Amino acid sequence: MQMMHVSDFVHGKTQDIIYLDHAATTKVDPEVFEAMVPHLQEEYGNPSSLYGLARRSRIKLEQARETVASFIGADASEIVFTGCGTEADNYVIKGTALAKGEQGRHIITSAIEHHAVLHPCQALEKQGFEVTYLPVDEYGLVSPEQVAEALRDDTILVTIMYANNEVGTIEPIAEIGAICRERGVWFHTDAVQAVGKIPVNVDELNVDMLALSAHKIYGPKGVGALYVRKGVRLPPLIDGGAQEEGRRGGTENVAGIVGLGKAIELLQRRGEEDNRREAALRDRLIAGITESISHCRLTGHPEQRLPNIASFVVQYVEGEGILLSLDMEGICASTGSACTSASLDPSHVLIAMGYSHTLAHGSLRLSVGRENTEEEIERVIELLPPIVQRLREMSPLWADARKRGEVT
Amino acid sequence: MAVDFMYSEKVLEHFRNPRNMGEIEDADGVGDVGNPKCGDMMRITIKVDEATGTITDVKFKTFGCGAAIATSSMVTELVKGKSLQEALAVSNKTVVEQLGGLPPVKLHCSVLAEQGIVAAIQDYYAKHPEKTPPPELESKAQYLEKVDPHGWPDGDQ
Repeated sequence: MQMMHVSDFVHGKTQDIIYLDHAATTKVDPEVFEAMVPHLQEEYGNPSSLYGLARRSRIKLEQARETVASFIGADASEIVFTGCGTEADNYVIKGTALAKGEQGRHIITSAIEHHAVLHPCQALEKQGFEVTYLPVDEYGLVSPEQVAEALRDDTILVTIMYANNEVGTIEPIAEIGAICRERGVWFHTDAVQAVGKIPVNVDELNVDMLALSAHKIYGPKGVGALYVRKGVRLPPLIDGGAQEEGRRGGTENVAGIVGLGKAIELLQRRGEEDNRREAALRDRLIAGITESISHCRLTGHPEQRLPNIASFVVQYVEGEGILLSLDMEGICASTGSACTSASLDPSHVLIAMGYSHTLAHGSLRLSVGRENTEEEIERVIELLPPIVQRLREMSPLWADARKRGEVT
Repeated sequence: MAVDFMYSEKVLEHFRNPRNMGEIEDADGVGDVGNPKCGDMMRITIKVDEATGTITDVKFKTFGCGAAIATSSMVTELVKGKSLQEALAVSNKTVVEQLGGLPPVKLHCSVLAEQGIVAAIQDYYAKHPEKTPPPELESKAQYLEKVDPHGWPDGDQ
């Protein structure tokens, strides 16, 4: 194998990269880019202004809103554009606290949510709110029964992700939503990873709010959207002008929103076929890697998972070492290892699923996308085993396991 | 340019080509340091010339990130051929400097590398009660993040 030179590595000069981190972000699709460009240049009108230049921006903005709404089975008036998925989640959680803090101060979420949900919940705990973090099973599944048991008279919000970003497990959102609806409690789902990968219909899912993000679906960074069911009133977090029907101040990111609309159009056109193809690549990765590397297993639910995420724990090695080594081969991947975060704590998701700290440190996530080819997948399956072997030869844990005869 | 989130070329070079990687089978001193929770575990093994008190050989095995591997590699280079007393004078700061810096969140890896050496030297003196350890050993050893090697996760399923 031909490793690139260290200085090329430092500066990221990669000739041919194999991008397997689509759950982190995606490349803007050329059609999306094309749709956006006019709104960064000649079509620069402020959608709130009166004249023709502005009206044209407004029309595009509202068309994008229609597109997003119809894709998830909502009405255009129920869509609020935000600066990102994280903002949408924050809006729901802090907005609900503002709207309903007088009626109740209890929120239910899960232990495996994205930080975009966990951290606003923790911020509210400091304000005197009580948060229940539901446990998950070994596959990362939240049980609807546990949601029902956790509901209290003072519960104002339940927020459970549709699909987990680290292990790809799909949560039983429709069932949980039905329980919340019966009890009259607002239900939000962070669908940032799910949109475009699995069917998303707000009525079928029984959700009151749903967050999504453009850059996970070949749209631009800096744009998200929040579905807010009619009748659910959230006071704005960003006070300012009357944009977004007074729900979010600030001049709209027209180019970005138009990009989101186009990205959704592409999902409508080709999403199903992409997902079928990506699921096959994912399955090949899972089979190829778990067969060729000992003491390595799939994390997350074996069937109830996103079509694009293959996630593993590789015992006796640490994830960042795998990532650095893959990067030196031009392969982009991800890990929940503490060593890639400032906190020193490994993935809260894997810990919640019952994995030990050392195992959680050896996590590896490969998320496929539109442009990946079978050849790329085969190359990764070929390159990964020697990388893991080299790191294991360096690992005292591997040495000890060998002395104990647990590995060969 | 604020690039303190990045590894230096030297760190990456040591990650790719680690020096003194391995384990001395009949080591005179073994230092197991680190903690599975924060994800870095290091084993330093040393061979000591009894007559001169010189570290004639040193090896490391590390479970950890790129920085943990690079600091282990660097610290073994720095102490090899040194007397036990000189080896005790190698600080984590020296390791970091020699590596061309480390991202702030990775500085603890260099502390671990220093501790690995101290632990191995401490083990050497524990096995040689007839020898008088340098006075620095006691003060340095009190900062050791002690790890019972048998407390390391085993058969971790």
